[in-house]
Amino acid sequence: MKFTVASLQKGQKGIIKKFSNDDIPLKLLEMGCLPGNELELVQTAPFRDPMYLNINGSHLAIRKETALLIEIEVVE
Amino acid sequence: MPKQINVALIGNPNTGKTSVFNHLTGLNQQVGNYPGITVEKKEGICKLPRNLKAHILDLPGTYSLNASSLDENIVIELLLNKNDKDFPDVAVVVSDVENLKRNLLLFTQIKDLGIPTILVINMADRMERKGITLDVELLEKRLKTKIALISARKKTGIEELKELIVNYRNITLEPCVNASTIAPDYFDALRKAFPNQSLYKLWLVITQDVNFGNLNRIEIEKASDFETKKKSDLKRLQQKETIVRYQFINGVLKETFKKDINAATDLRSKLDKILTHQVWGYFIFFGILLLMFQAIYDWSSYPMDLIDSTFAFLGEWSKSILPEGMFTNLISEGIIPGLGGVVIFIPQIAFLFLFISLLEESGYMSRVVFLMDRVMRKFGLSGKSVVPLVSGTACAIPAVMATRNIEDWKERLITILVVPFTTCSARLPVYLIIIALVIPDERFLGIFNLQGITLMLLYLLGFGASVFSAWVLNKILQIKSKNYFVIEMPDYKLPLFKNVAITVIEKTKAFVFGAGKIILAISIVLWVLASYGPGDNFNNAEKIVTEQFGNELSTQEFENHVASVKLENSYIGIMGKGIEPIVQPLGYDWKIGIAIVSSFAAREVFVGTLATIYSVGSDEEKTIKNRMAAEVNPILGGPLFNFASGISLLLFYAFAMQCMSTLAIVKKETNSWKWPALQLIFMSGIAYVAALAAFQFLK
Repeated sequence: MKFTVASLQKGQKGIIKKFSNDDIPLKLLEMGCLPGNELELVQTAPFRDPMYLNINGSHLAIRKETALLIEIEVVE
Repeated sequence: MPKQINVALIGNPNTGKTSVFNHLTGLNQQVGNYPGITVEKKEGICKLPRNLKAHILDLPGTYSLNASSLDENIVIELLLNKNDKDFPDVAVVVSDVENLKRNLLLFTQIKDLGIPTILVINMADRMERKGITLDVELLEKRLKTKIALISARKKTGIEELKELIVNYRNITLEPCVNASTIAPDYFDALRKAFPNQSLYKLWLVITQDVNFGNLNRIEIEKASDFETKKKSDLKRLQQKETIVRYQFINGVLKETFKKDINAATDLRSKLDKILTHQVWGYFIFFGILLLMFQAIYDWSSYPMDLIDSTFAFLGEWSKSILPEGMFTNLISEGIIPGLGGVVIFIPQIAFLFLFISLLEESGYMSRVVFLMDRVMRKFGLSGKSVVPLVSGTACAIPAVMATRNIEDWKERLITILVVPFTTCSARLPVYLIIIALVIPDERFLGIFNLQGITLMLLYLLGFGASVFSAWVLNKILQIKSKNYFVIEMPDYKLPLFKNVAITVIEKTKAFVFGAGKIILAISIVLWVLASYGPGDNFNNAEKIVTEQFGNELSTQEFENHVASVKLENSYIGIMGKGIEPIVQPLGYDWKIGIAIVSSFAAREVFVGTLATIYSVGSDEEKTIKNRMAAEVNPILGGPLFNFASGISLLLFYAFAMQCMSTLAIVKKETNSWKWPALQLIFMSGIAYVAALAAFQFLK
């Protein structure tokens, strides 16, 4: 199974591997969400949606549907 | 006079770009709209050293030159069009020292367009606290630009920035990233096909849906003898471009930017732990809402009463000093009360924008959006719809304006369409008098006051109606929207007084001069319709009253009766009689009909109109109430205002679209008469059906 941002636990960190499809919003890349960058799940709203991330110092919130597109490798 | 230097301020959202703009221009600024669309255009004049002047344009915040919203499109369209009168001589890119990496992406793109570009690094005052050191000289060299290190908060570095603007010709036009490396063959072919155009400009035109000058995308595709790329290929290349730019930026920052992590005090994570908490976060948000309502209803009632009495006094006073006649009546009974009707909303609107601007400036608003997004999405709205819906309980006009930051057009449109259902403050006077008439002042289960419960139910009804219609609209509207929800969670900041003050002043001004014109115009029309009538009955009102009552009446009573007869025979009275068959099934008579017609301009007119119709000179509620209670239904007998007709009226006012100013602002924001027309027809239709059902069922 692919491990995506959507399966991170609060406080857990991961390295972005790739995006599941090309439909990933360019805006996300522009805000620093790029393969190779480290990200941390800072906080989730109830039902884990949206998700509040810290990507290499850039803080942003995305919906779960988008989080499912970002494949990561977990670092403890 | 020397030519003005055209300066465009560009930057990511939350970088303090507006603070820089406010410092450069002061109150010497104006807010307008870009032609044809409703994105705000902020511009101002800045005095520079050596008697020069700059025209400063504050462009909407954007993360890159790849547009995903209307606001962002403005930036690209301007930067690609050399013939635009606002085309910048120099671009000033505002960045925030803590998010320098992300901010530089936009900078490198603008630099690649061959426009002289100055880099402003803002929030320099936070560097020490965050443990940041910066090699400005080396950074200038690597980025091939001039840098102004400023602090908008501490007002440092502004003069240096002005100096750089004066000397903008010294900045090299060389790009810092070569975008063509992402697809060398493709870019070579482009260069051969259009030898006179800037390569990066061509690339932007191909990937965006914008035109510039005489060249548009279709023409490029037609004119080129090389193979055009598919959309998905272009998208992949755009992603590649972003990665290439970040590689460059990372390299530069590695040499010039150091951050000592130990020195950083982390206020953000401490605050976020509470403010975005799955339970406490909501408690705090609702607490803040409560405070806002308190301010909007309670605190603003004092200035509003003052404004009310001032305008009443002005009306009387103008009548007493001007010579009697039609013109005087128009001023004292039409224009002055009409102006009063505009000015009276200023306290509420100012309070509302004060709160909203404090919440936005502090960075808290993004947290609310984060907390509410999922709930709102169920109804086709966005987390960003919360602010307009909350504002709508004060007044729908600023609420509709507050939808501007919703990127997704469908979510924004639905928000605009449903906001007028929320119980705005103009409904309150109507609700209060009807409730006092038809709901007994008794307690329910010993503690709950029935009248209070009714009022609360009406508020819930308004909110329920807006959420439910959002859900329906979401199912019906076939608008394809491609925008993803991405929201930046900015750092918490203490709001800058100057920014808050300027926002409150500008928004209030926009309301007074925008919506105000319409309210004023309608109140003049209403006055004319109520003050003139065809036929003899209108002109002979005095005689009719004398014949009917003889000379037993006091002067006050006599005048009241004359006013009543005149109204009955005025144009608006005739209209009221004309619509009587329509309102009769709802349990109303022609007088309520008039009040409803006249309150289509603004709901609060209802009580005032009834006061005049029931020939009550003063505004004392008790008298109106007693008069209304004594009215008899001409057809069914019994009191006109009973439980059935009262509930029917309450429901009518809860749903009906009776606010010309809201319709006007919706027209302005959606740029089409279609949406306000739909709102008027559907909301009033629902109101009629609900009122009809209630009366027929309860009578």
